[in-house]
Amino acid sequence: MANFFRQLTIFLCVMLMAGIARADESIVVSSTTSTEQSGLFGHILPIFEAKTGIKVKVVALGTGQALDTARRGDADVVFVHDRPAEDKFVAEGWGVERRDVMYNDFVIVGPKTDASKVKGTPDVVEGFRRIAAGSAPFISRGDKSGTNAAELRFWKEANIDPKAWAGYKEAGAGMGPTLNMAAAMSGYTLADRGTWLSFKNRQDLEIVLAGDKRLFNPYGVMLVNPAKYPHVKKEAGMKFIDWITSREGQESIAAYKINGEQLFFPSAKN
Amino acid sequence: MLNTLLEALSLVSHLDNQVVAIVWLSFKVALATVTLATLIGLPLGALVAVASFPGRGAVTVFLNAMMGLPSVVVGVIVYLFLSRSGPFGDMGLLYSPTAMVMAQTVLVVPLIAALTRQIVEDAWRVYATEFRSMHFTLRHSVVALLYDCRYSLVVAVLAGTGRSLSEVGAVMIVGGNIEGYTRVMTTAIALETAKGDLPLSLALGMVLLTVVLLLNTGAYHLRLWAMRKYG
Repeated sequence: MANFFRQLTIFLCVMLMAGIARADESIVVSSTTSTEQSGLFGHILPIFEAKTGIKVKVVALGTGQALDTARRGDADVVFVHDRPAEDKFVAEGWGVERRDVMYNDFVIVGPKTDASKVKGTPDVVEGFRRIAAGSAPFISRGDKSGTNAAELRFWKEANIDPKAWAGYKEAGAGMGPTLNMAAAMSGYTLADRGTWLSFKNRQDLEIVLAGDKRLFNPYGVMLVNPAKYPHVKKEAGMKFIDWITSREGQESIAAYKINGEQLFFPSAKN
Repeated sequence: MLNTLLEALSLVSHLDNQVVAIVWLSFKVALATVTLATLIGLPLGALVAVASFPGRGAVTVFLNAMMGLPSVVVGVIVYLFLSRSGPFGDMGLLYSPTAMVMAQTVLVVPLIAALTRQIVEDAWRVYATEFRSMHFTLRHSVVALLYDCRYSLVVAVLAGTGRSLSEVGAVMIVGGNIEGYTRVMTTAIALETAKGDLPLSLALGMVLLTVVLLLNTGAYHLRLWAMRKYG
């Protein structure tokens, strides 16, 4: 029995060391499902990794969750899209060095038949009113993500309490699963253009409203405050932030296209 | 439906390196998990079967109930332990394959222990009088019974392996589904489904199913061979 425990201890130690040794030349970036599922990271990270030798480990969550993960100290860098939540994060002292990176826009996606007649208006708030007045369901992310936060702002502007409406379904899921649900239920949803463009299971869905200025969707990057969490990899994290806002980083973001269509537009001030 | 299936089949036929790496990581995590869980679960299950102590019934019920432990719950608990703001945060293990093995071990130990308890307890009924007359200590009885039941216990270990390979909730939370680092078959399937790439997720599902089938076929034949050779 003693022998058995000795072997077990050795085995565990080896496993632990393997984990620690690997963690050294890498940073954890807590980011959003939209950047991961749109394929952007798959395009830009190899360029950064080849240049600096720093491995970037992306954990893709909703913006709210990504910020919470950073608040617990489980990430080095945060890369999200919900400006009010980002400003709060920085004001509370969790994050430093916040910078604009890029933007894309939200679109309202719905069935081709457009039962709720959203196509007739360019006004996003009016679009939400029409959806709530119709019979087709609206699938909400319901996961405190940046897209979810934007959607809730539009309902508020329209003076509608969506939860009081029977057609309002909260998926509690990422953008992709929510689009899967909208496709299956012939419903409407708010999506970021990046995920929409890379989404493959569209069935009868198409964009029914886009282009309203309020649909602007900016992304920001920031370092988790090393003063709060001394283990944060400050240097490597800053290298990533500097690179992604540098000319090279910005150009690689602009170069990412699906079917010739650009997904994200650089916006860093440098 | 048929088109998705056909596309999936053609994807399986030319597996790329990335998919192979994902399958390989799944395999490594499952192997480490099952090794650990077997080392803990077999003796634990056998001990509960053989030893008589107050509350044994409660422990048995508890072990059986824990077979149905939701993997997401284990994921969240292990996450909170390993998080930088948790008790073991200093080790920096979150979002690593080690964390995945830890979470899955918590899931698989009760499964192996509960099945072992059932198998060993049945054997114990047959041997109890004999062992007592030979003045076997508890430790001797446990070792002898585990050895005697070794072919049946393969089922317990296989069940654990299956759970480890097919589980997604816990590894998603503590591993983070990081590409090239903690992405395994199940989390890759979840991601591809999220992207709406159903043929690719189905293709990965086929690979997963094939791996599990091969493993079980191997174990089945090993058992047949061993039984013929050693009775």
